Amino acid sequence: MPVRQIDDRKLWQRYDTATRLRLWGGWIGTTLVVFVCWQVISGATRWEFVADAPQQLSQFIGRMFPPRWGYLNELWLPLWDTLNIATLGTLLGLGIAFPLSFLAAQNTTPHPLVRYVALLIIVVSRSVNSLIWALLLVAIIGPGVLAGIFAIGLRSIGFMGKLFYESIEETSREPVEAITATGASPLQVLSYSILPQVLPSFAGVSIFRWDINIREATVVGLVGAGGIGLNLNASVNALQWSQVGMIFIVIFVVVLFSEWVSARVRQAII
Amino acid sequence: MLRLQHVSKRYPTGNQALKEINLTVPEGQVVALIGPSGAGKSTLIRCVNRLVEPSEGQIWLRDTEITRLSTRGLRHIRRRIGMIFQEYALVERLSVMENVLSGRLGYVNFWQSWLRRYPQADVDNAFQLLERVGLLDFVDQRADALSGGQRQRVGIARALLQDPDLLLVDEPTASLDPKTSRQIMRLITELAQERGLAVVINIHDVPLAQMYAQRIVGLRAGSVVYDGPPEGLTTAQLTTIYGEEDWDRNRQADPADEDAVLAMVAQDAGQPRPAL
Amino acid sequence: MASIAPVATSRRWRKPPLIRNPLVRWVTVIGALTYLVLAIQSVTVNPERLARGIQRGQRILAAFLQPDFVSRWSDIQAGILESLTMTVIATVIGIIISIPIGFGAARNLAPLPIYLFCRALITLSRTFQEVIIAIVFVVMFGFGPFAGVCTLVFATVGFLSKLLAEDIEEIDPAQVEAIRATGASWLKLVTYAVLPQVSPRLVGLGIYRFDINLRESAVVGIVGAGGIGATLQTAFNRYDYDVASAILIVIIVLVMATELISGVVRARLQ
Repeated sequence: MPVRQIDDRKLWQRYDTATRLRLWGGWIGTTLVVFVCWQVISGATRWEFVADAPQQLSQFIGRMFPPRWGYLNELWLPLWDTLNIATLGTLLGLGIAFPLSFLAAQNTTPHPLVRYVALLIIVVSRSVNSLIWALLLVAIIGPGVLAGIFAIGLRSIGFMGKLFYESIEETSREPVEAITATGASPLQVLSYSILPQVLPSFAGVSIFRWDINIREATVVGLVGAGGIGLNLNASVNALQWSQVGMIFIVIFVVVLFSEWVSARVRQAII
Repeated sequence: MLRLQHVSKRYPTGNQALKEINLTVPEGQVVALIGPSGAGKSTLIRCVNRLVEPSEGQIWLRDTEITRLSTRGLRHIRRRIGMIFQEYALVERLSVMENVLSGRLGYVNFWQSWLRRYPQADVDNAFQLLERVGLLDFVDQRADALSGGQRQRVGIARALLQDPDLLLVDEPTASLDPKTSRQIMRLITELAQERGLAVVINIHDVPLAQMYAQRIVGLRAGSVVYDGPPEGLTTAQLTTIYGEEDWDRNRQADPADEDAVLAMVAQDAGQPRPAL
Repeated sequence: MASIAPVATSRRWRKPPLIRNPLVRWVTVIGALTYLVLAIQSVTVNPERLARGIQRGQRILAAFLQPDFVSRWSDIQAGILESLTMTVIATVIGIIISIPIGFGAARNLAPLPIYLFCRALITLSRTFQEVIIAIVFVVMFGFGPFAGVCTLVFATVGFLSKLLAEDIEEIDPAQVEAIRATGASWLKLVTYAVLPQVSPRLVGLGIYRFDINLRESAVVGIVGAGGIGATLQTAFNRYDYDVASAILIVIIVLVMATELISGVVRARLQ
């Protein structure tokens, strides 16, 4: 009871005793866990390296800037590849996530068992980072843009699939009932009553994912899956920091641009 | 035309919505189903086109036993049964014309409907119906741009484009103001008369029912307690249907208002109930 | 048209196109198709390599179906523990830092210079993929989990501050006014009028970010910033696909478990 009576005075406290104890317990537990974790990290850290980090940073920036502007000419092709990895990867993900989400949504799934399989695919795809997918695909189909496209696509399935099936489950039921009552086939019911309701959000999610994928596509090259990440990896390994600076600038501009495009398109849709 | 024999419905929750309903509706008759909320009106008309599966009994449309049909047969018979809904149940993001043409879905194949390539005869009829309900200027507007009365007109046009023998109407006026309600009721009954359709209207508003229906069926707790002409509906009869003091208490004690019924319907169909 | 055309004549009806202006429509369609053709053509596919890939894919798949948890279990265990500790530390520190930054990035609370600084920080953090940031931190602090923690903190701050700032900008001004009317100072204003409105969502987002950080902590190791990523990449480089499979399974299970727990926690908080 937040209000206690002692003699004839009323004491007000924000929480009652049990809640306070639980809150304290929670805080102490969290602090302990964080402390232990910190010990582990700290044990694995060479603190003398950390101590001269500001110096390192200033040297690092000094070597990166001014960037090698001439290197830009060698970046156009990797940039085009990066854009393609993101766009084609998103399209691939969309192509698979679209039917998958109808199998995964409670109100459109043909069978509960199918639903669980679809949900499993979505979860696995989401749990694995695109860079890990890239590692795997480079091992299978060899380095190159194709591995990047597949990596981005495989990661996008889970992201889009999850948001898609959630929006299918949120559709209103009345139009479904009405279209069913006209004697329409199940596919027609889907295309006339569910699809119009979810298309705007599907489009928004896809554009949003494309924007994220541009960012992801800049790094899949680090493990050999094409795009500007290949140049980044080569430049870092060769300690060509002025080239690295140039690459950072290019990535910054491209990602800001894609964010702007995606915001504009989403606005136009809604 | 429409014949119900010993129709009962029990929901999986154990709620007995309909008990031994026997009802025959001849061609061209407008029947109003009245009764308190939760009396089973919504369930009854949904049993006719099996949006809700009746637990027992037979339902016949002309010579077809609806209750015995396979999925395909059911789809065929549904084309002969037009339905009009309380919340209009239009697909809001589709245009008025697409909503009206969706009444033909049972007649065209998937690709025709996907590409919106309906036979010209259907389009002609759709235009004619839109003109009849006064919406010719709204053909390519999106349904969510219309007012309540206009949306219900689209719903009517959609149901009639099916070229049905029977019209099921579920609380057509519950979401409308009194004046629009009358206009909508007049429109439905006139159109039904022009085409000689049998109509089952499920309605809250007793005076409105008396004004437009040729026959009144009173439902209470899933059973028919009155079946006769509108003039025969005396105060005593109304008391049997609604209960004198039960009227208010029923509504509070029973969560059985129309929403609750719809929720049960949703449960029955194994679908989650979306927020309205 | 209604009054002119008599009912009897046939009126054609076609669904009005999505883009009304025919010129814009055709330019969009042709532009998109041209891009697609160019993009797909630029993907160089080496059929011979792909054919070998199918063979290798079969071998990899076979290895993946028999995960080897045993032979490198100590490496896997150490990597996973490191990833987990990095995630905990980074999430906690990230939340703590993102609160002031989030307030600073809310236009309705912060003065312009602070606002611009915080927004610049957020943009910087959100533009670069975590792995790229990890490269910078590895250069600064040397290899090891500390660089990874810094990376995740930086990314967490960008993510949380932005959402927090947006929340703060949308708070109900009436409550702020009511508290201000009592003569409260800025700090009191924040604790009584702003925090109660945004803190539930902040906690929810923090837990959500924990999931993301766990997933990311699995990849920053690829550039040497600690965690399971390094072990995973080593396994791929040595063609130890059965070990890689074991690591991936551990990651997926861990991510699924935390997602399940965080989902429950977030549901209970609401």
